[in-house]
Amino acid sequence: MQFSASTQPLPKRLLGFFAVLIALTAAVAVVGIILGMFGNFLLNGGTHVTWEFLTEFPRNSNTEGGIWPALAGTTLLVLLMTLLGVPVGTATAIYLTEFAKQDSWFARSVRFAVNTLAGVPSIVFGLFGVGFFIQFMGGSIDAAFGSSSFGDGSLLWSAATLAVLTLPVVIVAVEESLRAVPRDLREASLALGATRLQTIVKVVIPNSVTGILTGSILAVGRGAGEVAAILFVGVTYSSEVLPSAVTEKFMHLGYHLFVLSTQSPDVEKTLPLQFATTLVLLGLTFLLNLTAILIRSRLRKR
Amino acid sequence: MNNPFRATRRNIGELIAEWSIRAIASVSILVIFLIFIFVFREASTLLTGSEEAPTEQTSTSSQETSATSTTQSEPDVYNPDAEEPEVYNPEAEAPASGEEGAPGEFIYIAANPAYPHIYNPSSGLIPPDIDATSSEEEVIAGDTLSFGENFLSSTWQPVGEVPKFGIVPLLIGTAKTTLIAILIGAPLGILAALFVAFFAKPWIREIVKPGIELLAGFPSVVIGFFCLVTVASWVQDVTGVPYRLNAIVGGIGLSLAVIPIVFSIAEDALSAVPKTLREASLALGSTEWQTAYRVMLPAAAPGVFAAVLLGIGRAFGETMIAIMATGNAPLSSFSPFEPARTVAATIGSEMGEVVWGSEHYGVLFLLGVLLFVFSFGLNAVTELYVKTRFIKRFQGK
Amino acid sequence: MAKDLQTKIQAQGFNFHYGQKQALFDINLSIPERKVTAFIGPSGCGKSTFLRSINRMNDLIEGTRIGGEMVVDGVNVYDKEVDVVTLRRRIGMVFQKSIPFPKSIYENITYGLTLNQSRSKSELDEIVESSLRRSALWDEVKDRLHHSALGMSGGQQQRLCIARAIAINPEILLMDEPCSALDPISTAKVEELIEELKDTYTIVLVTHNMQQAGRVSDFTGFFLMGSLIEFDRTRTIFTSPSKKETEDYITGRFG
Repeated sequence: MQFSASTQPLPKRLLGFFAVLIALTAAVAVVGIILGMFGNFLLNGGTHVTWEFLTEFPRNSNTEGGIWPALAGTTLLVLLMTLLGVPVGTATAIYLTEFAKQDSWFARSVRFAVNTLAGVPSIVFGLFGVGFFIQFMGGSIDAAFGSSSFGDGSLLWSAATLAVLTLPVVIVAVEESLRAVPRDLREASLALGATRLQTIVKVVIPNSVTGILTGSILAVGRGAGEVAAILFVGVTYSSEVLPSAVTEKFMHLGYHLFVLSTQSPDVEKTLPLQFATTLVLLGLTFLLNLTAILIRSRLRKR
Repeated sequence: MNNPFRATRRNIGELIAEWSIRAIASVSILVIFLIFIFVFREASTLLTGSEEAPTEQTSTSSQETSATSTTQSEPDVYNPDAEEPEVYNPEAEAPASGEEGAPGEFIYIAANPAYPHIYNPSSGLIPPDIDATSSEEEVIAGDTLSFGENFLSSTWQPVGEVPKFGIVPLLIGTAKTTLIAILIGAPLGILAALFVAFFAKPWIREIVKPGIELLAGFPSVVIGFFCLVTVASWVQDVTGVPYRLNAIVGGIGLSLAVIPIVFSIAEDALSAVPKTLREASLALGSTEWQTAYRVMLPAAAPGVFAAVLLGIGRAFGETMIAIMATGNAPLSSFSPFEPARTVAATIGSEMGEVVWGSEHYGVLFLLGVLLFVFSFGLNAVTELYVKTRFIKRFQGK
Repeated sequence: MAKDLQTKIQAQGFNFHYGQKQALFDINLSIPERKVTAFIGPSGCGKSTFLRSINRMNDLIEGTRIGGEMVVDGVNVYDKEVDVVTLRRRIGMVFQKSIPFPKSIYENITYGLTLNQSRSKSELDEIVESSLRRSALWDEVKDRLHHSALGMSGGQQQRLCIARAIAINPEILLMDEPCSALDPISTAKVEELIEELKDTYTIVLVTHNMQQAGRVSDFTGFFLMGSLIEFDRTRTIFTSPSKKETEDYITGRFG
């Protein structure tokens, strides 16, 4: 009997060929776009990313100099954000995997809430930051303590806003790693007479530290690049010094790029700066995301 | 009867720990409510009247002049009906205040840095076919509109003698750009997902999949910047349209944000189709590609549809790309080659310069409520639709 | 059952449901103290379910219901006053698949010991050694106590799990098909272990290997489709069973 492929009718083979081709083209196109973007930035600004650029303050109303305060501001921001968000996200993930009965309305509401949060536009988080953190919490604190610094945009409220925004990212990553711990291990612990909490603390969590790490890193990657959410919750464009208290404003890499490219007085001159800033920002988020992906794939292989 | 299995001193600490975890888990639910409540709360100033005690507005100003004074007194006479874009001229020295001009003249906007301008490095001229004069009658007529009518009108001009808060141009702008983004992004994302899930050799998959997911890691500022500087020039070279930043450029930018989402979720959905289906199809003598397009893709249809829905959600909620790449002009036009303004971009660009507690402030928050409700609804539809369809399909209904 | 034997575990009219599906029907039996009792029967007959009901491990599954009583040392373990955590501390369990914690051998053994009380290091060392000796593992691992438990062979890991279970000094040891994943040599070692341990502990063993039950146990219970068909001394069950189903199973007419 004949089994060779050439016995198939020609039109069908041609169709098949094109079917695969367009899929391949799409994939290549997407990858090409990424590489193209990156290449474009590298070409136009690569030479500008120097040590001085990273460690100096901007000069001449941001047309010259470095981006140090923006770098520092971004770092402080994500640090604070992690401190606020990771514990809450981890606890929520622990609840969802260890304590929740699948059918309880509470568990389902939490899941639904997490999914919804993941889809809320970041600008809405910015408004939330203004309406809740600045006006309500900040205003209340100011009223209660007679201060005046909490009712305004600041590092603190920006970090809080971002913590809320990145909550779903942390929760999903931690949950994934908690579920990766085999059920048998939990059973063995319980059979020895450990309580549920002891089992979680002594067996489950030590085995999912990588997941918590991944979640934190992904959140940081997201937070470092997010601008819309903090547009009016505390960033500023001109700052002579770094923020000395969490109630002060701060500079931010992403916001810096935004203003530099849309509103600076001398765009020709700052163009290389813009590209360089882009590279630094990209480099930062890339590094973080890559690290998280590597950790996660190592986790999956185990 | 003596109970040898009575609990030894039960740790209070443990009980507390368990309940704390449950309590913390409810934070997510709490946040959703809080977002809705507090964004709505700020929007509710519209109901209580507009010119109440405005708090000192925060300034995200980039210029030295921290705009604590009301910048509303400098009318940026902006009449979208005349289809006049604001042109920012980097060469001009001294800022003139709100001059309107005839075609061919330089238009320069005074110190109002939160309004991103159209960046045109090659010329500061408005294209000659634009009529840049405003019509007085319209401004006066707006005086007698109620808020509801104002909101539904087709002029968005919040800064002026009579503020106009018509959302129609914003909705059109959002719809335009989102549509373009989806038309480009969804097919690319789905086809690339098909490729990675079914046609790629394992080693290729290992590279391409994380590579595309890396695109998801591009901050939207960066994508916006890319469009602003590079894509806009390409499009202008190719199409020759007068406006450098327009809905197409914005749509392309948004598609770059949409592609990774559609890809990720579609790829997950396609990979989740049971392998047995594929084997059954191949055993009947069909080829790989036939199996992929005629069996696997339809089987994963709910998931793929969800991917597209989520892509849409991302597109209309995206702010930075919209601000930087669309030209930011609230025009009620359906042409993709003209600038547009999305709802999200409006909030983003105008919030910084608004007087807190004013009507404008309230309107912006109202827009935020709309965005939130819409994304909430979209998410609910995706969850319910996908869940029920998926389950039904594999139960053979 | 002979009069001179004390009952350690007694089931009275015990039922079990997984949701709507009933898995155990009205089980009545008395398990004697410090003997090895084996449960045999074809797959799905409920013997594992019954075993896990003794230390209430089935509570972990959602939607399960019990009826009747499971009495251990005179107390119904399903009684409201019984704390399940304390219960489990007094009953040891060894699973079908060995599941050492991804910790060191030493830490695996001491895991159960430090849950509720702090002990001195010398006390811990002593218990580790005695548990490992009694599991016939001491000589093989005494130089590797602080190495990862995952580095051991399958047979060694299972013996480690046994050591871990007896380290907390339970009175009852439940074993759910402990040798099914082991090679014949390790199986022989574990069976030897069971022989030695029965002087101290009441052992209940579930096995699908009839010969093993015949070799190792003093009493045997035959389960079929959720019911206890026959329960007697092992010798009796295997040489002159009183029920036809038992005889059919023993002689291999069905499996």
